[in-house]
Amino acid sequence: MAHVITAAETLEEKITHELGYDDHFHEHHHGDKYQSNFLTTYIFSTDHKIIGRQFLITGIFWALMGAAMSIVFRLQLGFPEADMAWLQPILGKWIQVNDAGIGKLDPEFYYSLVTIHGTVLVFFVLTAGLSGTFSNILIPLQVGARDMASPLLNAFSYWFFFLASVVMFLSLFLSTGPFSGGWTAYPPLSALPQASDGSAAGMTMWIVAMALFVVSALLGGINYVTTVLNLRTKGMNLWRMPLTIWAFFITAILGVLSFPVLLSGVLLLMFDRSMGTSFYLSEIVVGGQILDRVGGSPILFQHLFWFLGHPEVYIIILPAMGIVSEVLSVHARKPIFGYRAMVLSILAIAFLSFIVWAHHMFMSGVNPFISNFFVVFTLIIAVPSAVKVFNWISTIYGSNIRFNSASLFAIGFVSMFISGGLTGIFLGNSAIDIQLHDTYFVVAHFHIVMGIAAFFGMFAGIYHWFPKMFGRFMNDTLGKVHFWGTLIGAYAIFWPMHYTGMAGVPRRYYDGGASFEAFRHFTELNQFITVAAIVVFFLQVVFVINFFYSIFSGRKLTVKNPWGANTLEWTTPIHAGHGNWPGNIPTVQRWSYDYGKGGEEFIPQYVPLKEGEHDHGH
Amino acid sequence: MTALIIVLCIILISIVLVQIGRVTELTAQIKGEREVMRDSSKWNGWISLGFLAVFLVSVFVSAWHYKNQMLGYGPHAAASEHGGTLDSMFNVTLIFTGIVFVLTHIALFWYAYKYRWRENRKAEFISHDNRLEMIWTAVPAVVMTFLVVQGLNAWNTVMADVNPEEDFIEIEAIGQQFNWIIRYPGPDGKLGARDYKLTSANNQVGQDFTDRKNWDDVIVGQEMYLPVGKKVRVRIIAKDVLHNFYLPQFRVKMDAVPGMPTYFVFTPIKTTAEYRSELRKYPEYNEPYDKADPTGPKRWEKYEYELACAELCGKGHYSMKRILRVVSQEEFDAWYKNEPSYYVSQIRGKDDDPNKGKVLDIDPVEAIQPAAQDTTAKEPTK
Repeated sequence: MAHVITAAETLEEKITHELGYDDHFHEHHHGDKYQSNFLTTYIFSTDHKIIGRQFLITGIFWALMGAAMSIVFRLQLGFPEADMAWLQPILGKWIQVNDAGIGKLDPEFYYSLVTIHGTVLVFFVLTAGLSGTFSNILIPLQVGARDMASPLLNAFSYWFFFLASVVMFLSLFLSTGPFSGGWTAYPPLSALPQASDGSAAGMTMWIVAMALFVVSALLGGINYVTTVLNLRTKGMNLWRMPLTIWAFFITAILGVLSFPVLLSGVLLLMFDRSMGTSFYLSEIVVGGQILDRVGGSPILFQHLFWFLGHPEVYIIILPAMGIVSEVLSVHARKPIFGYRAMVLSILAIAFLSFIVWAHHMFMSGVNPFISNFFVVFTLIIAVPSAVKVFNWISTIYGSNIRFNSASLFAIGFVSMFISGGLTGIFLGNSAIDIQLHDTYFVVAHFHIVMGIAAFFGMFAGIYHWFPKMFGRFMNDTLGKVHFWGTLIGAYAIFWPMHYTGMAGVPRRYYDGGASFEAFRHFTELNQFITVAAIVVFFLQVVFVINFFYSIFSGRKLTVKNPWGANTLEWTTPIHAGHGNWPGNIPTVQRWSYDYGKGGEEFIPQYVPLKEGEHDHGH
Repeated sequence: MTALIIVLCIILISIVLVQIGRVTELTAQIKGEREVMRDSSKWNGWISLGFLAVFLVSVFVSAWHYKNQMLGYGPHAAASEHGGTLDSMFNVTLIFTGIVFVLTHIALFWYAYKYRWRENRKAEFISHDNRLEMIWTAVPAVVMTFLVVQGLNAWNTVMADVNPEEDFIEIEAIGQQFNWIIRYPGPDGKLGARDYKLTSANNQVGQDFTDRKNWDDVIVGQEMYLPVGKKVRVRIIAKDVLHNFYLPQFRVKMDAVPGMPTYFVFTPIKTTAEYRSELRKYPEYNEPYDKADPTGPKRWEKYEYELACAELCGKGHYSMKRILRVVSQEEFDAWYKNEPSYYVSQIRGKDDDPNKGKVLDIDPVEAIQPAAQDTTAKEPTK
């Protein structure tokens, strides 16, 4: 169907022509060879919109891989007696078939699956696939910029991520196996190839992949920060930015400050592995062999890792929160409740996220005295998080909310964040953590808050901005099935883990604790969880099919602004080209949350204030 | 063949999904946008309420159903002195978070239903309310402060090390891939010095046998014993990679780090026999221990306290089990008396004995070379 020019669009064109910012963009770029062939247009593009989609598709690939891995190890946990020989064509020697023809999963590979599952989902999907996608697509469009501050570094940011993916993917095929020491990679296990096969070549490749990933994250982060600070269009002061931009901006600052520490941690690990240093090693006898390394401490790695590791989880959740705020507001036809409080909460969470890292280390042998500080700050961080939840619920209060795939996932996000966030209060209190550390209670907590809530934020963003990315809609019926099925299914998977955790079942047990009297009575519950996981996995496949099919054959957009949103990304042509706006860049006259103001369903940001009208963006 | 069928099924299901998608698009076009939005609002609004009800009910019912299996509930009251404090802190936190969980979920899904889109309605333009913000910042802050104060009080008490004047037993747990070496101090009550460089096949702990404190140290067998009511300081260390000393029923957990001894201090207050008699009252523990042997012993009869590893240490991480038995002081003394000194029974007089050739005051008077002793642990009568 053709693009229908509405009255609103005609008005928009008039306003932009009169009040828009004329940077003579097309004069400067007249006749340039930018994006002149297939390779530079679709593959090695420096256009933020293409790069964003590249991040998304690579992220989807890894999400499917990580989820498939979880199905394999969940099969082991739920049905340990079952025959897994049918997996041999894919997993080869990692399925050992005994004389009776029953195939069992190799324990070493079980640990590799768990390790790579965590690594790729946390970093490749929920960081690159979430921040990378939405920061790239939305920052220039929502702040009113032609592209990122450095489109070339931006392209490198993607291609370093791609390289990291290739290295990680190849490590899956090593004969000693991929890395198997947990996504947390604690030495000495990760430093000593003698301690585990997975700590041989697999660990080296894991470190290389992570180093490349950190480069990617830093290149992206620098761009996002610079673009937000320097390239906002006229009138877009900080207090008029949509919450998505606040979230992506602060997330990028978190990343720039914390990823280098991870890099330093894994570099020192590389030195210990290859150059005989002792940063993390002291007094070790492994496999009967006495090592001469003394003076180091495994605790050092934990500090370096978690100094990134904790901000990392906020790097994951803040963009999701920003997306949810935006999606809820647009579809509720009501401003996000408490915009300033939401911004201040993001700032508080970001600041506090740097001083809580050792709550991951309460039982690591650090002097118990220092844990006091980390308990205090960890429980403080619950306060701005709670404020955000109350503000989202208040956004729905008094609204006229449209249910579609995007808004449903946003509502689901709030539910998941409440559930997962509340269990953090147990774990952050060190005395309670004595009992719950390294049990399934922790697994339940971080899966609900990252594995579901952050993913729901990502889905909300994908369904909401799919029309912007591809000029078409995803199918809404399949989307709703995806939502309700995943909401119910995901709770079915992870809620029971609170109970096994409260019974003390340790995490990272190949047999789920079956050889311990204290842990072995959850057979049926484990089966239930595994079945739920299989169902939820197939629902994600429904999503992926919907996603790719809709890129080519989804219902086409007929208007530029199908959701009736206020933000600037909806003012570009449906298929925006290089430079986003064909003429002037719109300038901004008001904040982005005038929904339902003065009886108007929505008032875009470029619309000038009326006589005597106050801007709520202050 | 199976693989082929699975692939075909996946392709078929994909086609079905795509067709469902196309059909729904077409019917949506026929119905028109208004009708689609009305249906969507009605359906999803009702499902929201339905989900809310089913969710909250499931949470409470499932928690009730599994209650007796969780630590701190039913028969699983803590077997240590400090454990009860931790359990009650968990419950206090549960009450606060439980209230918030229920109220916020009701608000979320009820509002989603009540304020769902309907034609000719408009959303109210409420952008903020600073007083509300202050209230819902202050209240969580107060609750968190309460939890922090209570929590840190407990933490600093539980994690405090022993006073040297106190009456306690110190034992050592050494984690390695994939089992534990448990060392008791012997009659002198002191653990002897270790040097990891002295580790060998015959000296797995790396004991320095020039230190006389090592001469009476005991390396115990598969079952370790502790006397009820006596404070224990566990000195925890690892030989190769990180491990973690975890006694679930006692609420004891601490990482074992190579090169850096850690500790945990606790007092067992329930003997194995007492714990079993608690379990006996619950139907799930009266089921047969071995499903294949329905007339055999019940779960409660064979229940043991267990030591587990709680830090990923390699492919055998899940298999580092050790039995702990808590018994009366008399039974413990009887067992302990019969445990042989590792030095005397395994090292003394052999080639790797650093004191070979010297006469030590622990040597029996009648012989320089002691006869080989029976080193299997003798179980005290229960």
